Amino acid sequence: MAEKKLRQIAIYGKGGIGKSTTTQNTVAGLASLGKRILIIGCDPKADSTRLILHAKAQDTVMDKVRELGTVEDLELEDVCRRGYGDVMCVESGGPEPGVGCAGRGVITAINFLEEEGAYTPDLDYVFYDVLGDVVCGGFAMPIRENKAQEIYIVVSGEMMAMYAANNICKGIVKYAASGSVRLAGLICNSRNTDREADLIEALAARLGTQMIHFVPRDNQVQRAELRRMTVIEYSPDHPQANEYRTLAQKIVDNDMFVVPTPLEMEDLEDLLMEFGIMEAEDETIVGVAEGA
Amino acid sequence: MKERKPIEGISIEKTEKLIKDTLAHFPDKAREKREPHVGANEPSVSSCAVKSNRKVVPGVMSQRGCAYAGAKGVVWGPIRDMIHVSHGPVGCGVYSWGTRRNLMQGIPGVTSFPLDFTSDFQERDIVYGGDIKLEKLIREADELFPLNKGLSVLSECPVGLIGDDINAVAKKMEKELDKFVIPCNCEGFRGVSQSLGHHISNDSIRDHAIGKRKFVEKAGPYDIALIGDYNIGGDVWAAKPILEEIGLNVKSIWTGDGEIEKIAATHSVKLNLIHCYRSMNYMCKVMEEKWDIPWLEYNFFGPTKIEESLRNIAECFDDKIKKNVEKVIKKYRPMMKAVVEEYKPRLDGKTAMLFVGGLRPRHTVGAYEDLGVQITGTGYEFAHQDDYDRTAPEMAKGTLIYDDVSEFELEEYVKELKPDLVGSGIKEKYVFQKAGIPFRQMHSWDYSGPYHGYEGFEIFARDVDMAINSPTWGLVKSPF
Repeated sequence: MAEKKLRQIAIYGKGGIGKSTTTQNTVAGLASLGKRILIIGCDPKADSTRLILHAKAQDTVMDKVRELGTVEDLELEDVCRRGYGDVMCVESGGPEPGVGCAGRGVITAINFLEEEGAYTPDLDYVFYDVLGDVVCGGFAMPIRENKAQEIYIVVSGEMMAMYAANNICKGIVKYAASGSVRLAGLICNSRNTDREADLIEALAARLGTQMIHFVPRDNQVQRAELRRMTVIEYSPDHPQANEYRTLAQKIVDNDMFVVPTPLEMEDLEDLLMEFGIMEAEDETIVGVAEGA
Repeated sequence: MKERKPIEGISIEKTEKLIKDTLAHFPDKAREKREPHVGANEPSVSSCAVKSNRKVVPGVMSQRGCAYAGAKGVVWGPIRDMIHVSHGPVGCGVYSWGTRRNLMQGIPGVTSFPLDFTSDFQERDIVYGGDIKLEKLIREADELFPLNKGLSVLSECPVGLIGDDINAVAKKMEKELDKFVIPCNCEGFRGVSQSLGHHISNDSIRDHAIGKRKFVEKAGPYDIALIGDYNIGGDVWAAKPILEEIGLNVKSIWTGDGEIEKIAATHSVKLNLIHCYRSMNYMCKVMEEKWDIPWLEYNFFGPTKIEESLRNIAECFDDKIKKNVEKVIKKYRPMMKAVVEEYKPRLDGKTAMLFVGGLRPRHTVGAYEDLGVQITGTGYEFAHQDDYDRTAPEMAKGTLIYDDVSEFELEEYVKELKPDLVGSGIKEKYVFQKAGIPFRQMHSWDYSGPYHGYEGFEIFARDVDMAINSPTWGLVKSPF
C-alpha cells in the first residue's frame, strides 16, 4: 500500500456564513467514507467541534494553558477528544472579545499540537476551522508554510460574503508566493438568494477556481444542530446528508489547486451588478442629506 | 559667550572631507540618510545644521535604546521609594535591573526598592491579557514591601500590542492601596529612541503625580528642585551640598535618589534647576505654564561651568544668595586650582572625542577644557535639535558633530582625528581600548564618580589622567 499523504485543509469565510457547520458535516461525511481526521478549531468561540463531540464546549488548548500556567505543562490528552467516526477534535480557544490576543492563541495552540505530535501518521486529513475575519497574522497561521495546503472558502450569494471571499483570496496570494498553499474551491452554503449557484460559479471562474459544491439550504441541518449532531449522524438517510457526503467525496477527488486571481473592487462590483445583487451607483446622491 | 579658540589641525574643510570619505563607504540610500546627521561645527550660526531625532538607518550598528529603556532606566528607575513594575515578558525587567549606576540610599526592600518586579508574561498572558495578573502583582508587591510609597507600571512591547489597559488597573489599585500607582505607556516600539520614553514618563508624572502632594515643611523663598540629575555615581550627592551651601533649600530631586511624594509636591518650589535638559525639559515647561515656576539650566561639570552656573542661579535670588555664591566660589577656588595644577601639566594640549546620550556631549566639554583637553568631535545618541543648538557654541569651529553615529563611522572618525581619549559607552569601550586608544565610559563614569560639583571634578581629573597617561597604552600593539 502506498504511504498515506496527510492532506491539511483550512476552511475560511465570512463570519456567520456556516463554516463550522459545513466543516463538521463534511468531516462527518469523510469519516463515513472511512477517513481519519483531526479538526482544529481556530476561533476563540471554540464552537468548531461541538457537533462531532456532542459537547457544549470542549476544553481548549488555551484554557488548559491558563489553568496549568504554561504551555509546557500541557499534555495532548488534556485537549484532544475523540468524537463521531473517530474524528479527533482540538479547539485552540482564546480570550473573550476585547482582551488579550486571540491570534497568538491560535499560534500557540498550533505550535503545541505540532510539537506534541498531534499529527499522527494514521491521519488522512487535518481540518482548520478559522475565525471569519483574518484580522491579524495569528489567524493566517494555518496557511503558513508546512501547514494547510488546501483552502476552501465558504461563501453564499450575499454581497458581503463574496467581498470576504475575495479578500481571503488576496491573503492566499500572499502566502502562496512563499509557500505551497493553494485555493481548492468555493463551497456555496446556500442562502436561497437569486441565481445563487450561477453567481458563485461566475465568481469562482473569475478567481480561477471552482465551485466545488452547492450545499442547498435545509432546516434538517438546524434540527441536527439542536441535538448537537451533524446531519450525517442524526439522519444519515436524509437528502441533506447526501449533499455533505457528495461534498466530502468531491474533496477526496479534488485536484484543482490554484493560486487565486482576486478581483479588483470594481470588477467585483460589476459582477454583482451583472447579477442584480447591487445597483449601479448614482454619484449625484452621494453625501446629499434628505432635506437638501 | 566667546568663541572657542581654534584647534590645531581642525578646519571645516578637513572635517567635511572626513565626513564625505567616511560616508562614501555606505550604499547610496544609507549615505543620503546619514549625510544630514553629521557636520562640521559652525559656532556662530544660531541653529546647528545637524539633523537629529530620526529613525536609525537600517543596517548600521546604533547605540540607541528604546522608549521602555528611557522610562525604566532613566526617569522612573532612580526613584528609590517606589516599586517599579516591568509589565510584560521577563527579559526587559531583568536586563534593565541594576544596569544604570543611579545610586540610592535606603535599606533595600524596606525603604528603597532596587529590585526587579515583573509580571513575567507567559503565553497565556498574551492570549488572555495580563490585566488580572498585573492587579494581583501590585497587591502582592505592596503586601510584601508595605513601606513603598507607590508603584510605577512600565509597559513592555507586548502590552501595547494586545491592548492591556494598564491605566484602568492603575486607577483601581491606586484607590485600593491609597498610594501612587502610576501607569506609563512606554512600549519599546514607540518612537525612534529612548528619548520618547523620557517624554512619556514626564507626561505620566504630569498626569498622575505632580500637584498631588504637599511638602511637610513650610514653603520658603529659597525652595528649589533639582531636575534631571539621576545620581550617576553619586552626582546628586556632590551637587546638592553646593546648592545648600549657597543657601538654597533643595526640596526634591528628579529623579536621582528621588522620593515620589517630594516629586509630587514640586509644584510649590520657587525655581527648577535642570541639569539634563533632554530628558526633563518637558516637565519644567509644564510647571512653568501651570504653576508659574521659572526654570534654569545649569552645568556642574568642572569649576568654570560651576562658577558660571552658580552666578546664573544667584541672579534668580536676592543679595543674600548672591553673596553666598561669591563666598562659595572663593572658598573652592584654591581647591580647584590645586586640582588643575596637579593634572593640567600632564593633560594640556590633549584632545578627546565624545559620544554619549543627550546631555554630556556638551555639558562635560567645560570640564575637559579646565584640564587643557580639547574636544575635537562630539555627538549624541538621542538628542533633538534644541540640544544641538546648545552644543554648537560649546565647540570650536570646524570640530566634528555627529548624531546617532554608527559604530563604523565613529571608528573611522577616531582613526582620522586620533584623539588622546574617547569618552563614550560600554559598547564602544573595548573597540577603542583594543585599538590602543584610552577610553572612559561617560554614561556610568566607568564605575567611578561622582563627576558633578567640586567633589566630582577632582575625581574626573584623576580618571581622565589615569586613562590618558596610563603606561599600559604604550604596550598595546594595535593591528589597526
